[in-house]
Amino acid sequence: MKPYVLIVGLVASTALTPAAGFAETLRLLTWGSYAPEELIQKFEEKYPDINVEVTFSNNEEMIAKLRATGGAGFDLAQPSHDRIYAAQLEYDIYKPLDLSQINTDVMSPVHLDAVKTNTTIDGAVYAVPHQWGTSGLMANMTEAPDVAGWDDLCDPAYAGKTSMRLKRTILLGTAFAMGEDPFAMYSDLDQYQDLLDRVAETLITCKENIKAYWQGGDDLSAMMLSGEIVASETWDSTAYKLYDQNSDIVFIPPETGALTWIDTFAIPAKGKADDAAYKWINFVLEPENITIMSGSTGAIAAVQGGADLLPADKKAAVNASFTQEDIDNLKFFANIPPGVEDMEGKTLEKIKAATGG
Amino acid sequence: MSSDVKRLSLILLFSPFALWIVLLILLPHIGMVALSLREKVAPRVYEFGFGNYIDFINEPIYWNTLLRTGSMSLLVTALALLIGFPVAYYIAKIAGKRSRGALFLMCLIPLWVSDLIRAFGWILLLRETGVISSFLIWTGMTDHGIEFLYNDVTVIIGLVYTVILFMIVPLVSTLDGMGDDMIEAGYNLGGNSLTVLRRIIIPYAMPGIVAGCIVVFMLTAGSYLTPILLGGKNSSWFTEQIYDQFITRFNWESGAAFGFLLLAFTSFVVWLGLRLSGQSLTNTVART
Amino acid sequence: MTYVDDRYNMTAADVFDLECTGISKEFGDFRAVDDVSFRIPSGTFFSILGPSGCGKTTLMRMIAGFEDPTRGDISIKGVSVLSTPPNKRNVKMVFQHLALFPMMDVYDNIAYGLRCAGAAKEEIARRVADVLERVALPDLARREIHQLSGGQKQRIAIARCMALNPDVLLLDEPLGALDLKLREAMKIELKLLQHQFDTTFVYITHDQSEALVMSDYVAVMNAGRFEQVGRPEELYHAPKTAFVAGFVGDSNRWKGRALEVRSDGIKVETDAGLSVVATAYGESPIAEGAAVEIFVRPEFISATKPGEPTPPAAGENEHTGTIDSVLFNGANSRVLVRSPSGTLIEADVVVTGSGEDVREGDPVRLTWARAQSMCFSV
Repeated sequence: MKPYVLIVGLVASTALTPAAGFAETLRLLTWGSYAPEELIQKFEEKYPDINVEVTFSNNEEMIAKLRATGGAGFDLAQPSHDRIYAAQLEYDIYKPLDLSQINTDVMSPVHLDAVKTNTTIDGAVYAVPHQWGTSGLMANMTEAPDVAGWDDLCDPAYAGKTSMRLKRTILLGTAFAMGEDPFAMYSDLDQYQDLLDRVAETLITCKENIKAYWQGGDDLSAMMLSGEIVASETWDSTAYKLYDQNSDIVFIPPETGALTWIDTFAIPAKGKADDAAYKWINFVLEPENITIMSGSTGAIAAVQGGADLLPADKKAAVNASFTQEDIDNLKFFANIPPGVEDMEGKTLEKIKAATGG
Repeated sequence: MSSDVKRLSLILLFSPFALWIVLLILLPHIGMVALSLREKVAPRVYEFGFGNYIDFINEPIYWNTLLRTGSMSLLVTALALLIGFPVAYYIAKIAGKRSRGALFLMCLIPLWVSDLIRAFGWILLLRETGVISSFLIWTGMTDHGIEFLYNDVTVIIGLVYTVILFMIVPLVSTLDGMGDDMIEAGYNLGGNSLTVLRRIIIPYAMPGIVAGCIVVFMLTAGSYLTPILLGGKNSSWFTEQIYDQFITRFNWESGAAFGFLLLAFTSFVVWLGLRLSGQSLTNTVART
Repeated sequence: MTYVDDRYNMTAADVFDLECTGISKEFGDFRAVDDVSFRIPSGTFFSILGPSGCGKTTLMRMIAGFEDPTRGDISIKGVSVLSTPPNKRNVKMVFQHLALFPMMDVYDNIAYGLRCAGAAKEEIARRVADVLERVALPDLARREIHQLSGGQKQRIAIARCMALNPDVLLLDEPLGALDLKLREAMKIELKLLQHQFDTTFVYITHDQSEALVMSDYVAVMNAGRFEQVGRPEELYHAPKTAFVAGFVGDSNRWKGRALEVRSDGIKVETDAGLSVVATAYGESPIAEGAAVEIFVRPEFISATKPGEPTPPAAGENEHTGTIDSVLFNGANSRVLVRSPSGTLIEADVVVTGSGEDVREGDPVRLTWARAQSMCFSV
């Protein structure tokens, strides 16, 4: 599904862009809701000589695209913070950021430091934070009021009525639910493989309980709203959007801690419009633009007081989900060391290929 | 001199074709084979070797998926033939001249929308809260929704629906070329309906059957969206493995090896089919 | 109007190979075959001759079983076959385009019917070899159909049917697709094959020369009915209807009025004003003053130059005119003569190539016997 969305996005953006020869073009490679039309118009009014072209994608495809061209074809990319370090080491697809051009003062120091530590290679910083959010659970409280941990998705009480995305998040979540700390084992890959094997076993047994693996926010929303499923692994932003439409559906930070991701700004190695890219970064960090952006993404900006800049309805959804205790319990995704991607990939394939119910 | 002109015009006519073959087919495949023979030993360090193919052989998940894809594609091909043949026979031999065009057009209509839209159409029909399930609840035949999605039967139905046109078109065109007198002669010489079908109609339509089967098998084995969307958690299609290798696992080398293996596997099946049916590419695909 | 003509039953045994009684076929309002009855004795070459659309193909398809008659009965060897499906009737058919199976070779084409009948392998091999021998193509068994010439295909199509020893062989204008030379040769060959197999052939054609050359008996069909059934020479010399007279052979054909009806002849004046003495043909009597149609075959009109001795028929019909054109065609050469009344008359002449030959513009005298002017009431 994703490639098609992408192509539609490409075609639409090409068609809509006026062919002004003098104008600079900012080619943005980002997530589905991370470039709301309202913001693009506002940006183009402020900088009339810049056209914005958007391609929607996800972590894996962003890296695949940049790898295919050696980092050309786009001027600004927004992968998650754990997808910078290994990809840069392996494929050399980003260029170091000039932090002096970025208004880092407004950024929330926790997130800025976390991203900087994770993405510094040979003293150069390759990414700064943009928005952050968590992966956790959501449930329809009228039908599944007891969902609290990752392993509740495999509770036979909800047989055929739960869902998850078959990606690394659910591997990590299941590992935490088993009482392990997968990030701590990144240093000992044999131990980690052993953990993955146990996780796979659990998830294969669980397969019978799952209705379907969701692929993107759209099919997850459809299944949840129609009542076909009552609980699922989810991005918090998707859960917040559903809360707007049905206040029974709430985001639940798992008892072992919601997994926290930070989407970043990174400049591709062969980007041709660095100035425009920096302008866009600083532009979307302006408080009134943060509100527009968060309204579209459902995620919280990684700036000081980011949660306060959420639109009112999103704020309510967040407050309904998170207690202070939950926030203290957040688990940040750790950098993926070389080799782990492959191990996790094989584990996911094993689960997918297993004949479940 | 005139022979020079002739040769020049021949070269000019041939060159777009040659360029197309070389640039868009030959070079990418050579590139893919070369890529598949690289082994990653460290970040940004590669060595020549057959490691990616050895990985494939050593991992049952991979070749099981390939065999599963192959056998399900064969099943889809057989079903498409079984359903498509009577349809094609009706269009070519029984329907009147005027209704023939309309029927053919009706077969073409599904092609006017993309794969993706067609798959979503099936999802809307078959999901637990979908049209069919709701209808069954409404009629009182069941009191709770039934999930028709996410199993092999649904994948096969969806695939047959998607590819059956490519079976019908070559069949109609070969059956159209068969005179009614051929069938009447079959009866006249003492054959019953079964004999006429088995000894005359099917052998006559063989080039169309084989052409349709080749196209349908290749399309099915290479399809991505339909098995993924309709198969859901149990899809396991080989193209998905290739996609995962390229996109999710950043393992282009292995993805290239898989792609090449899929090509080799389907080519082998087609070759086997041609051998068993005693047909050649020239009188089947090239003719229809 | 039903013809069951007993005169052609001379060789008849009590059982006829094929017998049709009161056969009709209607497609909606259209009556393609209208109450046709006939019987064919064993070993006869029987032709059904008629213009296209006359219903002859429908009649044949009913005999083969591809159509069901609306009324009437069809019997083969004395047994009604109406309830027998086409594949169980021992009537084989050579199709207009032969319908040889292109995906089989010659051997398999011939063996197909034998296999359907459940013959043993050796039996099939023997019968195929035998029938190929009889059509004089013994070496062609393993030839592919597309490798055969037109005449060879023709013979294989017949062999394919004959291998099954049919009671009746139907042939649906099989010579239509051949070129002229080959068609002429195949006419003779078909006749010989029929003799050799001694099987009843029912041959459908719109070409009167094919019918006349090959047949023992010919049925002339028009608008769904049989006009006349008889030996070729009967049809030619003693047509029973104006249609048969016009359709079989060439004729000068004039419309006119009977001025005087006597026992030894009828005096007719044509619409163009030509005065002709004729003999009454056909079954309906001719009254004085009735509208009639006259047919005179060109070979019975002799054209002589003034001064040459007059032929014996003189005095019955004698007209003068000038030669409008000479149609040279070897032994079948003809002249077109314009009579003073303006009528164009065709007459056969001998063109020798010497100075004696008639030429355009020459005055000429035409004479023919009263008996050669066939007069039908209309």
